[in-house]
Amino acid sequence: MAKDILILAEHLNGKLADITFEMVGKAKELAAGFGGKAVAVLLGNGVKSLAESIGADSVLYVDDAALAQFNPEAYGRLLAALIQERNPRVVMIGNTSIGMDLAAGLSVMTDLPLIAYVNGLAADGGTLAATSQIYGGKIQAEALPDGEACIVACLAGAFPADTGKGSAPVEQIASPAPLDDLKVNFVKLIEPEGGDVDITQQPILVSIGRGIGGQENIELAQELADALGCAVSSSRPITDAGWLPKTRQVGKSGLTVTPKVYLAFGISGAPEHLEGMRGAETIVAVNTDSKAPIFDVAHYGATCDMLDLLPALTEKIKG
Amino acid sequence: MNIVVSIKQIPNLTDELEINAEGTGLDHDALQYVLNEFDEHAIEEAVLAKEATGGTVTVIGVDTTGELDGALHTALAKGADSAVKITGDFPRGTDSHTQAKLIADAIRGMSPDIVLTGVQAADDRDGQIGPMIAAHLGVPYVGVVTGVQVKEGKAVVHKEYAGGVMAEFEVALPMVVGVQAAHQPPRYAPVSKIRQIAKTAKIDEVTGGAGPRAGSTVRRMFKPESAGHAEMWEGSPEEVADKIATLLAEKGLVKRG
Ligand SMILES: Cc1cc2nc3c(=O)[nH]c(=O)nc-3n(C[C@H](O)[C@H](O)[C@H](O)COP(=O)(O)OP(=O)(O)OC[C@H]3O[C@@H](n4cnc5c(N)ncnc54)[C@H](O)[C@@H]3O)c2cc1C
Repeated sequence: MAKDILILAEHLNGKLADITFEMVGKAKELAAGFGGKAVAVLLGNGVKSLAESIGADSVLYVDDAALAQFNPEAYGRLLAALIQERNPRVVMIGNTSIGMDLAAGLSVMTDLPLIAYVNGLAADGGTLAATSQIYGGKIQAEALPDGEACIVACLAGAFPADTGKGSAPVEQIASPAPLDDLKVNFVKLIEPEGGDVDITQQPILVSIGRGIGGQENIELAQELADALGCAVSSSRPITDAGWLPKTRQVGKSGLTVTPKVYLAFGISGAPEHLEGMRGAETIVAVNTDSKAPIFDVAHYGATCDMLDLLPALTEKIKG
Repeated sequence: MNIVVSIKQIPNLTDELEINAEGTGLDHDALQYVLNEFDEHAIEEAVLAKEATGGTVTVIGVDTTGELDGALHTALAKGADSAVKITGDFPRGTDSHTQAKLIADAIRGMSPDIVLTGVQAADDRDGQIGPMIAAHLGVPYVGVVTGVQVKEGKAVVHKEYAGGVMAEFEVALPMVVGVQAAHQPPRYAPVSKIRQIAKTAKIDEVTGGAGPRAGSTVRRMFKPESAGHAEMWEGSPEEVADKIATLLAEKGLVKRG
């Protein structure tokens, strides 16, 4: 059993994702504890220079036209082959849109345990202890793999990115599995349509979640935003319902915002939402559930009904 | 088109989640279970696909609560054609590895063209079921999908990345899709219709064998000790509004009138 940690480097549109550096930084710390190395794996096309900007102990990359864009089938195959070949102690994959297509399938293909939604990792006397954030951010579960080796899927933003930046010896390797008979074919990237407003550029955001109750109440939020001269943003269920355009969505699959003040009304604070707004300078949360996780990241909070608060605040601002 | 939807019940997250005496899991008996919300979207997307191309929708799940029938009846009321539950010694909170293996074994013989399931569930500590089912069946998986179109042995799926960027993939069927959101909000089934179906519908029962295990063991479960907690403002909506207005004024973002 090797002692190395394999990290899947994630990239999109020619740019490495922060999660790559976050995992690499953590992997170096853990690998030192296990007496192994942090080995990043980069799959792509024309990615030598990207490989050179990862601060792991070493970087392996596969360069193939079939990898020009993320392809879950191609990635899954190559990673399964690499894991079988190299027997790493730990495999680190992002618990991201890309990683969520891979980790659980690899766990079955390689017969390695998977611990997902990980936001804490420690080498506890030679054993890896992984802490998962589950139940919408309300519970933490610290687990140990039953055997020595395992796969961990790491949440974005869980570890600092700085220590994963830098450079390392890079080595191009031949594709460890064939890529000429894929059933999944990438067709195109679809960029979001430009919105009427850019929520990433607002000093204040009136952000609403499912607590708004119904489409007819959206105007209460809009009236407040008009009074403040800012925009309305939202959690995912509001854009999924079509009550606001997709360009207003804050979070993991939406936009990351850093306003001076983020007013979170009727938003529970699921990890996927927090990912997009925890960097706001001041967060005010209004939620009828005093145990809602949003209060753990908010600076100020109140448990009143947002449907009463919205008109009251609009009145105050209008003066 | 033979469409299968795999569903899973999870604790209702708006309930107070209590941890068991050993501190290693939830006190499941104290909890109410509901259908995973992403599975609701998977059911909707399946029914939409059937409406667009014809075929049948079969909904399947492992009965970990003794109450799966309710969720299956609701799916039938929304347009699914048949329902299957896997029974056996599978307690509440049965891990994903076990559920995925049971479901894969049960649907292999159905030769599905496409399997839809929720992209994740709030209790997927050991990973999501969809990619595991795909690996067991040896078919491709694409997740975080917001739209599926099936035609002539292929599916065109839209996968979401961050920032609203999407990738379009064309996949040779069969495949498994992890649905993030149906391309229209899940339909509502009237209670009267669900009641009617509960009286007449037949749910097929499959006895599940022993599954694999999660492969990891929880040694400590706890509520997050948050680094900080909001300073709470008490009082009426007017008083809270006043506090917010003052804060915005202090930051120079509004004029205090
Ligand atoms: C891959 C993936 C990506 C995702 N990406 C995103 C993303 O980008 N952005 C995002 O937001 N989510 C995202 N999600 C969804 C996320 O998991 C949650 O489902 C979502 O954030 C919940 O939205 P919410 O807080 O509005 O709803 P809920 O969790 O239902 O919360 C509603 C809240 O409103 C409160 N409330 C109810 N009535 C009132 C009232 N009258 N006054 C005040 N409070 C009230 C309730 O107490 C509750 O806390 C993603 C999920 C997945 C799987």
